[in-house]
Amino acid sequence: MSLRSLSKEEFILPGTAACPGCAEVLALRLALKALGKNTILVVPAGCTAVIQGMAPHTSFNVPVLNFAFAAGGAAASGIVDGLAARGISDVTVAVWAGDGGTGDIGLQALSGAAERQTDMIFFCCDNESYMNTGIQRSSLTPFAAWSTTTPVGKKEPKKDMPMIMAAHHVPYVATACASYPADLVDRIEAAKKFTGTKYIQILVPCPTGWRYSPEKTIEIGRYAVETGIWPLYTIQEGSFSLSPVSERLLDDSKRRRVSEYLESQGRFRNLDQAKINEIQQSTISMWEYLSRINGTTIFFQG
Amino acid sequence: MSSKDKGWKEVSPAGVCWKSSSTYLTGDWKTYKPVRDLEKCTKCLLCSIFCPDAAIHWNKEKGDIEFDLNFCKGCGICANECPTKAIVMKIE
Amino acid sequence: MKSVVKQEFQGLNGDEAVALAAKQSDIDVVAAYPITPQTIIVEKFSEYVANGEVNTEFMCTESEHSAMAACLAASATGARTFTATSSQGIAYMHEMLHYTSSCRVPVIMAVANRTLGPPWNIWADDTDSLSQRDTGWIQLYCASNQEIIDSIIQCYKVCESDDVSLPAMVCMEGVNLSHSVMPAVLPGQEEVDSFLPPYEPVWTLDPDRPATMGNMAGPSETLETKEDLRIAMDKVRKKLSDVACEYSNHFGIPYAGGLVEPYRCEDAEVMIIAIGALASEAKVAVDQLRIHGKRIGLVRIRVFRPFPIGEIRELAKDAGAFVVFDRDVSFGMEGVVLSEVKAALFGMSPSPRVTGYVVGLAGVDVTNRQLADLVEKSLDQDLRQETISVE
Repeated sequence: MSLRSLSKEEFILPGTAACPGCAEVLALRLALKALGKNTILVVPAGCTAVIQGMAPHTSFNVPVLNFAFAAGGAAASGIVDGLAARGISDVTVAVWAGDGGTGDIGLQALSGAAERQTDMIFFCCDNESYMNTGIQRSSLTPFAAWSTTTPVGKKEPKKDMPMIMAAHHVPYVATACASYPADLVDRIEAAKKFTGTKYIQILVPCPTGWRYSPEKTIEIGRYAVETGIWPLYTIQEGSFSLSPVSERLLDDSKRRRVSEYLESQGRFRNLDQAKINEIQQSTISMWEYLSRINGTTIFFQG
Repeated sequence: MSSKDKGWKEVSPAGVCWKSSSTYLTGDWKTYKPVRDLEKCTKCLLCSIFCPDAAIHWNKEKGDIEFDLNFCKGCGICANECPTKAIVMKIE
Repeated sequence: MKSVVKQEFQGLNGDEAVALAAKQSDIDVVAAYPITPQTIIVEKFSEYVANGEVNTEFMCTESEHSAMAACLAASATGARTFTATSSQGIAYMHEMLHYTSSCRVPVIMAVANRTLGPPWNIWADDTDSLSQRDTGWIQLYCASNQEIIDSIIQCYKVCESDDVSLPAMVCMEGVNLSHSVMPAVLPGQEEVDSFLPPYEPVWTLDPDRPATMGNMAGPSETLETKEDLRIAMDKVRKKLSDVACEYSNHFGIPYAGGLVEPYRCEDAEVMIIAIGALASEAKVAVDQLRIHGKRIGLVRIRVFRPFPIGEIRELAKDAGAFVVFDRDVSFGMEGVVLSEVKAALFGMSPSPRVTGYVVGLAGVDVTNRQLADLVEKSLDQDLRQETISVE
């Protein structure tokens, strides 16, 4: 869609407590424009819980249930059933969770809600660490990244949450990035057309945790996509399809070298050339895999 | 709706909040502020879309972009993303 | 929803009683996870849903933590909710119990009290729910299946009232009540509907009136909401008693008591204190001791939270001594009921003598004979503060 047609209505009021240059609040600001006024937001513990500001004030102009860290998915199930019981049908229930609330402590509740086909959009705003509590590693932290609990770099690869969600046979899974607002809004518009659990994982660069100067937030998000490290795709009813932005990058020569992305952030400062090469190679291998599955059914819907 | 026995402050039920955060002028945080070169600006509004704080508005009557410095945190994303480099960040 | 007239059951077990009371209460959302010995509750309820006997959204969650989370969130949309659990399950949802009470939503939960493992032990023990006494939940302990039915319906009225708006747990001893068959009367649907008004929440998630629940709050802001909770809990004392009376009049069921149920206390020198089915057993012990001329009475604590401080102190004026039986223990201290009774009596002059025994822990069977013997032993030894664990 054209950015010009994006709703002018702001559901995030001025005076948020977000860090300067925060992509998470930007992504939410854009997402709410696509979701609209009739939205109930569940926010498990994370940056967004704090971004709302301090009681008795709030900066979110939609009803928000801030919730226990582990239970975002369960809360959504409860709200959906509660609304159904009261005969209310035109409200979108959305969960806005971070890495932890999605892939770690929140995974069980999310899995349960998805299996129950809870009619909601579950957003993972992925800044690749537990940023709110001080940049500790999560299962969504990428390989080799520094964090306060992986000071010499994470040994394990990033958990593949989108594929895990697709394996639940949900109707719609997508990856997105705050640097591509039109694409993000398109994903949300597409998700809204389905009934059941929709999952959208949005890469949101974090200047505080990724260690870069705040004005680079959008640029770094772009590099993540342009290097191929963060492919934008959808899995719609089990069928995998690269989004237009990423489809252009099927040819490795069209992709930026990963070093441009890695060297732009302080959290990868400790990487030597060998590690960078390793990451370049695994990105190339990943894309060979993506090109094989592009346009095919990867999860049988039955 | 709220408790009849109150502390010295009024208590909303379960501490639910509905007062706007806009009394908290986060513009105080900034070190740098955006300054726009009107010659270079094409009014594409990318700055407005990318501002995390929604501090850049389109003023319909004036037909122009406005920066709300009360809430601009000086992150510089607008300057970095402007396709014509019409915005520079200057010390406050 | 089918209208059901009053039904008299020859025999009903505790789980069935819970399910039936829930059925009559016009519940909007049930989110639950099975755990022995509560499983019959969720199974029965899902049958009612499948048969169209209730108009309830029934959710089989993937854990108890999620069950409470879902109930709380549903309640926040203005739905009337219900769940049930036991032992490991209530322990697992501990975090969400605090969350529910601080959100001030009236979720009602039945708890079949069962030993916490390891080892896996499915028999009666009150430690599971007593461990949750700090969570801001109203706690009732039932001594019969009839009382379970009555308590659940009463709790909806108490908890949904504007000035309370707190969750409640209705507890029954696992196996001893949950799986024991007793006669009971289930009030008819129309009677229950006229007793329970529709639920009007004090706050709700509504896109037409957006508000934020649970964002960050500094110490003084938070203090105000916790104080509000504390005040509401205090109001429950009178409210529960009033509603119990109202219930008795409305349904023509004998008054099952408000916060405590005294038995033969009028001239008692020594009063037994206990909760739940253990107290029923103690009733028989009282009768036996009375036959032998001992002036013994029983105070069954029905409502454990808020604790009936006033009632216990009042009864202490007549009796010089208490013997407290706990089917639970707080390691490193003593039985929980004993501690709370002592705390309630603190500062009274003269100070009543209190002895406590931990009996029937982990589901060990306790007979009225054993209870009577322990009381007699206390009399012989000139009651002093002591906790003894007995077979």
